[in-house]
Amino acid sequence: MNANTVPACRAADYRSEVKPIWCPGCGDYHVLMAFTRAFVALGVRPEQVAVVSGIGCSSRIPAYTNCYGFHGVHGRALAVATGLKIVRPDLTVVVASGDGDGYSIGGNHFLHACRRNVDLTYVVMDNHIYGMTKGQPSPTTEPDFDTALTPGGTGLRPFHPLVIALASGANFVARAFSGNPAETAAIIVEAIRHPGFSFVEVLSPCVTYRPDQRAWKDRVHRAPVDATDDAARAARRVMTDDGFNLGVLYRGSRPAYAPRHDTAVTDSAELEREFEL
Amino acid sequence: MSSTIDAPRASSLADLYAIAYQIEVDAVERYAMLADQMEMHNNPALVDIFRDLARAEAIHRDEICRMAGDFDVAAHARQTACWRIGESPESANLGAADYRMSPHHALQMALAAEQRALGFFRGLLADARDPDVKRLATELVGEEAGHVALCLRLLQRYPPPGGGRVAEDPDPPASQD
Repeated sequence: MNANTVPACRAADYRSEVKPIWCPGCGDYHVLMAFTRAFVALGVRPEQVAVVSGIGCSSRIPAYTNCYGFHGVHGRALAVATGLKIVRPDLTVVVASGDGDGYSIGGNHFLHACRRNVDLTYVVMDNHIYGMTKGQPSPTTEPDFDTALTPGGTGLRPFHPLVIALASGANFVARAFSGNPAETAAIIVEAIRHPGFSFVEVLSPCVTYRPDQRAWKDRVHRAPVDATDDAARAARRVMTDDGFNLGVLYRGSRPAYAPRHDTAVTDSAELEREFEL
Repeated sequence: MSSTIDAPRASSLADLYAIAYQIEVDAVERYAMLADQMEMHNNPALVDIFRDLARAEAIHRDEICRMAGDFDVAAHARQTACWRIGESPESANLGAADYRMSPHHALQMALAAEQRALGFFRGLLADARDPDVKRLATELVGEEAGHVALCLRLLQRYPPPGGGRVAEDPDPPASQD
């Protein structure tokens, strides 16, 4: 079929028949909607997209799409996605994670994915809690958040993912709110189009273990200033904002990592010969 | 964050068809998602209600296509009927869903969505200059007013549960300890 005759996809065409099992009210439903809307806006077909994830509520997302998907190892989504993008640069590779999977178990991969600047889009659904394993504090949990496991709170300073991303070399940094899927979709579209490693933190409420986060919809607001191309300025801004500034915060101009395919062995028969005993 | 600040404008009959169509498409998607959620969380009364609401919106969507005749309303909607920041007005608020909801809560959610749609089309009607746009906007206002009235009637059949709150869960999700 000629590319010109392929009918445009609707959002529903990117959804699989698997019904999500997230809790009703969970922000991740909206993120799924934002993914499908972004793919429609980009005009990419499901077979041109790979959604890669780790472990956790948010990481269930590949199963709910009709794209290529990989529900991988805890914290290792970025490692898998990096390998995939290197050998299949034609694919649009979107990585989905949560604050536990992405910042704790996968924290080291996060730093180096930013540094390597491979052309990936990393969407982290941050709800400041481990939801799937029943409410343990995550790296972004507030120090005074009181749980049975952490009476009075952990007392630990939360991780600041946006600053870490900027300091580590991410080429595009944005914050979105799941309750506004249209704007989240628009940010994901821009993140995918931007060359190099794009990081989108999506504030995505956990209504079961953090019912207080239902109030996030009243706290979020658009960033009062446009995105900057100065990483240090962007870092200063996000260090001093209230954590609810939404929008694209930084657009860098580092060239994306370009593998030297001419020297890489990509033919499976050739690989087999190389490893022959 | 306002949901109407970036609402698309209906400067022609084609635009209005596209906007009305997209509003219904979005509403169908939301109700279908809510029905699926309730199915996965074993709340069969709400599965039926949300499926019925999705069906009703789908009928309305198809009716808009029929009214538009040969005009490819879906293609035009992709070009023009786009909310980049806010949400289309008839979309139910997924963030307000709860596995313990009752039919009353579901209908309140639907009522809020229909009232937003009614307000939206009333605004378009007030701004309309083209007679054809005015005629269709009047028709759409009438449709939405009918839906609001239907939700209010159904709410009488499903009064609020005790205290108006969601049901108690005898085995609620609990943090590990």
